[in-house]
Amino acid sequence: MSGFNWYKYASPATFYDLAGRMIPWFYAAAALLCAAGLYIGFFLAPTDFQQSEAYRIIFIHVPASWMSMFIYVVMAVWAAIGLAFNTRLSFMMASALAPTGAMLTFVALWTGALWGRPTWGAWWVWDARLTSELILFFLYIGFMALQAAIDDPRRADRAGALIALVGVVNVPIIYFSVRWWNTLHQGASVSVTKAPSMASIMLLGMLVMAFAVWMYAIAAALSRARSIILERERNSQWVAQLLEGKA
Amino acid sequence: MNWGGWAEFFYMKGYALYIWGSYGVTAMLIVAEIFSLRARRQRAIQLALRTVKYGKVEKDEGNDEVTA
Repeated sequence: MSGFNWYKYASPATFYDLAGRMIPWFYAAAALLCAAGLYIGFFLAPTDFQQSEAYRIIFIHVPASWMSMFIYVVMAVWAAIGLAFNTRLSFMMASALAPTGAMLTFVALWTGALWGRPTWGAWWVWDARLTSELILFFLYIGFMALQAAIDDPRRADRAGALIALVGVVNVPIIYFSVRWWNTLHQGASVSVTKAPSMASIMLLGMLVMAFAVWMYAIAAALSRARSIILERERNSQWVAQLLEGKA
Repeated sequence: MNWGGWAEFFYMKGYALYIWGSYGVTAMLIVAEIFSLRARRQRAIQLALRTVKYGKVEKDEGNDEVTA
């Protein structure tokens, strides 16, 4: 790997081209995995003996919740790289991830409410897991609002990076909340140390859907990153050359 | 196959509101995001085209003001 030039891919021009070629593949993978996951979830997975059909919300609730946390961590990593090495592309990636992360956090909360009502009898409770996930949603919104409010993109990047880094402490709080506090929310269905507490076909459907959401999130973030690159780099020579045929 | 027919499938043993409320809103949000991504890309291309055509082309990362 010694001959590989990593810095080449830190250049927005190279990234713009590469991302453009990768996006359709990620969308295609997301669509195929989603179709497979929904088939497993609705037609192969049996009815739950306790929750009847209501449990089928798990196939979006858990993948969306996992990705809402994972995307925030990735966003914080890009923000940290941006602050440490002052690379423009890192900040652009952080900004590109935020709306998709916020959307998935909303999905986690929404599907959680629709699952809570039939199983717990309440749409919402101020339990540690639910409250920390709600804080995650506000962190995403705060990140986007702060960036939108600052005119100078370089200052906006730094301010946003600060929120991303400070807010990342909330992610382990969400994850471990069901162990640290006595919550109404159930414990982890899947963990590294124990055997999964669910039927393997249900687990399979959930994992396939998680990969589908992951692939979708990558496609959406790459697509948004390309627009951000065009918006910010439109005064540069390479954008002029890229658009030469269209002008 | 778990279901006796499509009617039974959509009824979800009485949990239709919760199941389809979850899947429906998620699908709507994803479709909305894909449309908004496409719209943003079109705006970005138009903005860049105008800049190439009328603005001065120089290395200036700081200038991010949208002059629409």
